[in-house]
Amino acid sequence: MSTTLETKKNVAIMFAGDSGDGIQLTGTQFTDTAALLGNDISTFPNFPAEIRAPQGTLAGVSGYQLHFGSVEIFTPGDGCDVLVVMNAAALKANLKGLHTGGIIIANTDGFDIKNLKLAKYPDGVNPLKDGSLEKFKVYEIDVTKMTRTALADSGMGTKEIDRSKNMFVLGFIYWMYNRDMSNSIAFLQEKFKKRPDLIEANLKVLKAGYNYGETTETFNARYEVKAAKMQKGEYRNIMGNQAAALGLIAAANKSNLGLFYGTYPITPASDILHELAKYKNFGIKTFQAEDEIAAVCSTIGASFGGSLGVTASSGPGIALKGEAIGLATMLEIPLVICNIQRGGPSTGLPTKTEQADLLQAMYGRNGEGPVAIISASTPSDCFDTAYEACRIAVEHMTPVFFLSDGYIANGSEPWIFPSAKDLKPIKVDYAKARNPEDAKFLPYKRDEKLVRPWAIPGTQGLEHRVGGIEKENETGNISYDPDNHELMVNLRAQKIERIADYIPLQEIDNGPAKGKLLILGWGSTYGSIKTAVIEALSEGYEVAHAHVRYLNPFPKNLGQILSNYDTVLMPEINSGQLIKMVRDKYLIPAIGFNKVKGMPFTSTEIKNKIVELLK
Amino acid sequence: METQQATLSAKDFVTDQDVRWCPGCGDYSILKQVQTVLPDLGIPRENIVFVSGIGCSSRFPYYMETFGMHSIHGRAAAVASGLKATRPELSVWIVSGDGDSMSIGGNHLIHLLRRNFDVNLLIFNNEIYGLTKGQYSPASPEGKITKSSPMGSIDHPFNPAALALGADATFFARSMDRDPIHLREILKRSNAHKGSSVVEIYQNCNVFNDGAFEVFTEKGTKKMETLFVETGKPLLFGEGQSKGIKLDGFTPRVVDLTSGESANDLWIHDEKDRVKAQILSRFFDDPKKENHLPRPFGIFYQEERFCYEDALNAQINDAIKAKGKGDLDALLRGKNTWTIN
Repeated sequence: MSTTLETKKNVAIMFAGDSGDGIQLTGTQFTDTAALLGNDISTFPNFPAEIRAPQGTLAGVSGYQLHFGSVEIFTPGDGCDVLVVMNAAALKANLKGLHTGGIIIANTDGFDIKNLKLAKYPDGVNPLKDGSLEKFKVYEIDVTKMTRTALADSGMGTKEIDRSKNMFVLGFIYWMYNRDMSNSIAFLQEKFKKRPDLIEANLKVLKAGYNYGETTETFNARYEVKAAKMQKGEYRNIMGNQAAALGLIAAANKSNLGLFYGTYPITPASDILHELAKYKNFGIKTFQAEDEIAAVCSTIGASFGGSLGVTASSGPGIALKGEAIGLATMLEIPLVICNIQRGGPSTGLPTKTEQADLLQAMYGRNGEGPVAIISASTPSDCFDTAYEACRIAVEHMTPVFFLSDGYIANGSEPWIFPSAKDLKPIKVDYAKARNPEDAKFLPYKRDEKLVRPWAIPGTQGLEHRVGGIEKENETGNISYDPDNHELMVNLRAQKIERIADYIPLQEIDNGPAKGKLLILGWGSTYGSIKTAVIEALSEGYEVAHAHVRYLNPFPKNLGQILSNYDTVLMPEINSGQLIKMVRDKYLIPAIGFNKVKGMPFTSTEIKNKIVELLK
Repeated sequence: METQQATLSAKDFVTDQDVRWCPGCGDYSILKQVQTVLPDLGIPRENIVFVSGIGCSSRFPYYMETFGMHSIHGRAAAVASGLKATRPELSVWIVSGDGDSMSIGGNHLIHLLRRNFDVNLLIFNNEIYGLTKGQYSPASPEGKITKSSPMGSIDHPFNPAALALGADATFFARSMDRDPIHLREILKRSNAHKGSSVVEIYQNCNVFNDGAFEVFTEKGTKKMETLFVETGKPLLFGEGQSKGIKLDGFTPRVVDLTSGESANDLWIHDEKDRVKAQILSRFFDDPKKENHLPRPFGIFYQEERFCYEDALNAQINDAIKAKGKGDLDALLRGKNTWTIN
């Protein structure tokens, strides 16, 4: 029987299995190869909160969705075309997302009585056997058996052999999509360079998976996804947290400041720490503090000393940092606070995504302590946004929130990386030393941006005291004077407002500059909105998309833009937060569109809403 | 710099701000001793930073003509850690109280000590919350009657010396506001120690806890109730140094030198001896108890151990040596790239 080769424009594959099955590795390997072959891609890992949840259970299912295509790709895909499942629980947890007519590749060993029971299928029911999957194309492969056979002579133990199962699956998928495996081969050689036996074993299984597709007559269809017509340039693949880390390093480098990163491990922010800790040769100081409060306070100490101080966490940790962020608004020193948001409140959904900490960033302090807030919209945008957060922090002497979330933090996409010389300069001037005969130094005297000088210890003649108690205008001395307090509260607010003079104007991402409907988004909803709006526009709907990066202060022209549309729709992965700020500032009847499931919007959801509003 | 140092005096460390502690507060003496000692340390004024938390003692930086930060409650140690990690050349002084350092800031205290940043930590211990007007503190003795403990405190107090040594502090000393000469000497030694130096200073709060330490500070009782330790010298106290401490195994016993006991058998203080320091830290009896041990003052313990900031910088230097100074373009490019033409 000969195999056919069918060309596809785009394909979404979901790899799913136990969290110990190596699913994330399988997914990232296929992703890297797809990227190198010129596909546009977007990925989204979905893992359980527990590192090793009980094997075979629904709670233990780990997933990795990859969307790749010869067309532009903005999201990991609404659902998937191919579902690879290592066990029954993985099938049960992900079947809902598989498109009708989609392909299921099932490891039959994961569908024995024990696994079926763990996946909570009723006694005697095996979905592979009972016809319930007839809407799909099901390929059954006994991956475990094949892997063990391939390594029968390796001298390795069964347990160790079974760890290579994911390579069989990867090899098979490479065959199915007609992919060159050299990138993964090189990866395995590097990863196990100290264990040649493991290199050999993994390569053997990888090739066995590929050959299985080639030689078994079960599979008669192979697919091809051609390279995408992408913007010209040199690309690399990048994950959101990795991009954020690079953005911070770049900002430190361009500003000639030492980077101090004070943090406490928390999902999903920790990967920024892991990334930064690798680059000590850039002079980066990472400090794993004893708790969230020490993380932000040590960072404030470093900023006071003249470093670029960055702290990071997710919602629960940000709550703990609140008092210290308030201190930084009083000290008026640079401080970047990264919040990689996750589902809340409290511990909430640590490994799921949400955009529910915007109002926490905006108002989550005692008294009136305004800060700047900016948000990243895609994995690679985390680079630009983190960089910009640093720029605003040091040029405006203020705390700045950098908001990302679990979806883009762990998602990845191709990125035309910038060259260092093209990055926007960051201007830093410490206050200069003074002689005894000079006029007395005034630590809270402001410039035209309302920004006070950054006067760091070690500079002669600048000795001064700062603190959390209200300060007298200009001198910075303690003051309980009522008029002075009002003046200072206003000055701190105006200082943040004035940042609007130093940020770009809001642009329309897509669609007409005036018209019936504007979708106003922020953060990680970008890809879904983008995809939905492209589709709606192609079908003749009069809809536009604007995505706000600068959330406080807003770009100066945002109000004008909003007034150009009959209706403003605001999708958010929360119960309506930016919409409160927009309604409050611009007094417009924006319509909220909210999803609070710990999952991103699908583009279909947005598209359907557009159609509903415009029909 | 040389000329500036030569001309510095205590007055140069006085700010133009009115000192606002209550008249008679022990903090005045501590401020005076610090301002007196600093000119002798040979540190340019602009390289000195005082960091404090919240509480009466934490107003201290406002009165010091150096760099200063009055931070938030309990967090001075954390702020100082970040500052010292990035600016190891600065002379960093943390000023804290018993509540600030051991209650709300207890976590940062122990972590500062284990990391051994080269900073000086002055704990003004008055065994009370003064700024909030008189609640018991984590250092208040059991049974202490205060506004928040009208029937007596049922909190067992911290023993600051044992706490610090338990957290592997590399320097612990105790002094008092009422003994300026001793306090100045201890401050100098604290500064000279490379690592986190804890100086617990008994400080009288004459408004909310007046006389908490008077048995240690007042003439009539001081000699019997205090034990001033110095390395190489026997543990002697009492009128005319007539009493001593002898170690019976690990148990300290008071001996009377006027009744035939020999001074040669006494415990000789050695600030490098961790085990003896631990025993000394347990000289923490209620002075009202019969047969109690005198309260030690002076340097309990001092050891050399690497400082966090030095190790941090050493790793950076090692990384630069091994990989070369970071190249931003190479970093942005990563390992795998592809080009679309």
